[in-house]
Amino acid sequence: MVGSIAAIGAGLAVIGAGIGIGQVGGKAMEGIARQPEAASKIQTAMIIAAALIEGAALFGVVVALLGNNPQ
Amino acid sequence: MSKVKRLTIVFTLLIAFLSIKIDTFAQVDSAVVPVDSVVAESAHAASGEHGAEAEHGKEKFEPTKVIMEHIADSHMWHLWGHISLPLPVILYTPAGLEVFSSAHFHHGEEDYKGTYNTYRLVEDHVKVVGANGQIDETVSVLDFSITKNVAAMFVAILIILIVFISVAGAYKKRVGKAPKGLQSLIEPIIVFVRDDIAKPNIGHKYNKFMPYLLTVFFFIWFNNLLGLIPIFPGGANVTGNIALTFVMALGTLIIVNINGNKYYWKHILLPDVPWWLYPIMIPVELIGIISKPFALMIRLFANITAGHIIVLSLISLIFIFQTAWISPVSVAFVVFMDVLELLVAFLQAFIFTLLTALFIGMAVEEHH
Repeated sequence: MVGSIAAIGAGLAVIGAGIGIGQVGGKAMEGIARQPEAASKIQTAMIIAAALIEGAALFGVVVALLGNNPQ
Repeated sequence: MSKVKRLTIVFTLLIAFLSIKIDTFAQVDSAVVPVDSVVAESAHAASGEHGAEAEHGKEKFEPTKVIMEHIADSHMWHLWGHISLPLPVILYTPAGLEVFSSAHFHHGEEDYKGTYNTYRLVEDHVKVVGANGQIDETVSVLDFSITKNVAAMFVAILIILIVFISVAGAYKKRVGKAPKGLQSLIEPIIVFVRDDIAKPNIGHKYNKFMPYLLTVFFFIWFNNLLGLIPIFPGGANVTGNIALTFVMALGTLIIVNINGNKYYWKHILLPDVPWWLYPIMIPVELIGIISKPFALMIRLFANITAGHIIVLSLISLIFIFQTAWISPVSVAFVVFMDVLELLVAFLQAFIFTLLTALFIGMAVEEHH
């Protein structure tokens, strides 16, 4: 039972990351489409932002992993 | 002509290597079940139960246990089947230093009587056994063993040294000439770290931090790539070990704060806010010092561990469904994940270096 709740927690964390990275990626695409010459700069900024979002989501995943203790 | 030939050889080796990789995945994991059942059997034998227990010879496959065993550190380096490479166990006991080979444990089935104590391997942790045959937790033993992760790290360090000493030698020998061989592979990456990571984020003082950034970048990258190889000398989850990422993040924390200038410290201790906000702002800024490297630590650890868990889970599908027919699906997904992990291996090294550069840049920035 603990395992399934931990899995739900991990899933919820991933939803947040999905929305966040989706936003970042989508907006970066729009930006590149509008200004193709700034593509490399936008990409770097996009990767930084995506990594930060991912970091927050991974906190959730790690907590779920630690919470998944059968004892 | 020779260049084309060499390229062909490299490409053939790459394809051969990839096919070995897929094979060994299947091999390693077919070995999982026998090992598991052996362990289970010995456990049954030890508990002295018989009859009903012996009847269902098919032991239930526990994916979580198997996966955790694979991503955890170990005192042995599993090669194939039942063959493991024993690694040295170095213990600092209150009585003195104790060094012996982990082969004495016979895969955790036997105790080893050392000079000062008797030791037992419990879930890959060395524990002291008391006089009554039970584990004695009162004796504090510091474990400095060369475990699988440490050994894998040494392999990575060796590879890095070989690569970079030869590249550095090539630069000395071929001053003013075009790069050649390994040099032309490594040069663009170093230039990438300099021009795309260090310069835009740190500014004109980037030169001083290049050695650290390059070391971090290549160390993480090589360890990530070695972690993707399922066979010896890869397969260890080095960058997916929180102790290692902790030390790397500590390096960043120290470098950032040692190089922080007066503007950096003013921003933390005397921010430009009304004075009555200081009780809130200063603690927040102080936590910010710690939380930035903390995020670096968790990000690298979680990304690499998650990658390993996904690959192992996909392989575990074969044993969960207990049919070989699922294996094409499973192997196809594993290959897909591995290719994705190649990207992640680079991306995580890049992100770690980039954020380190960003934090250093924030600390050394001059306000005009």
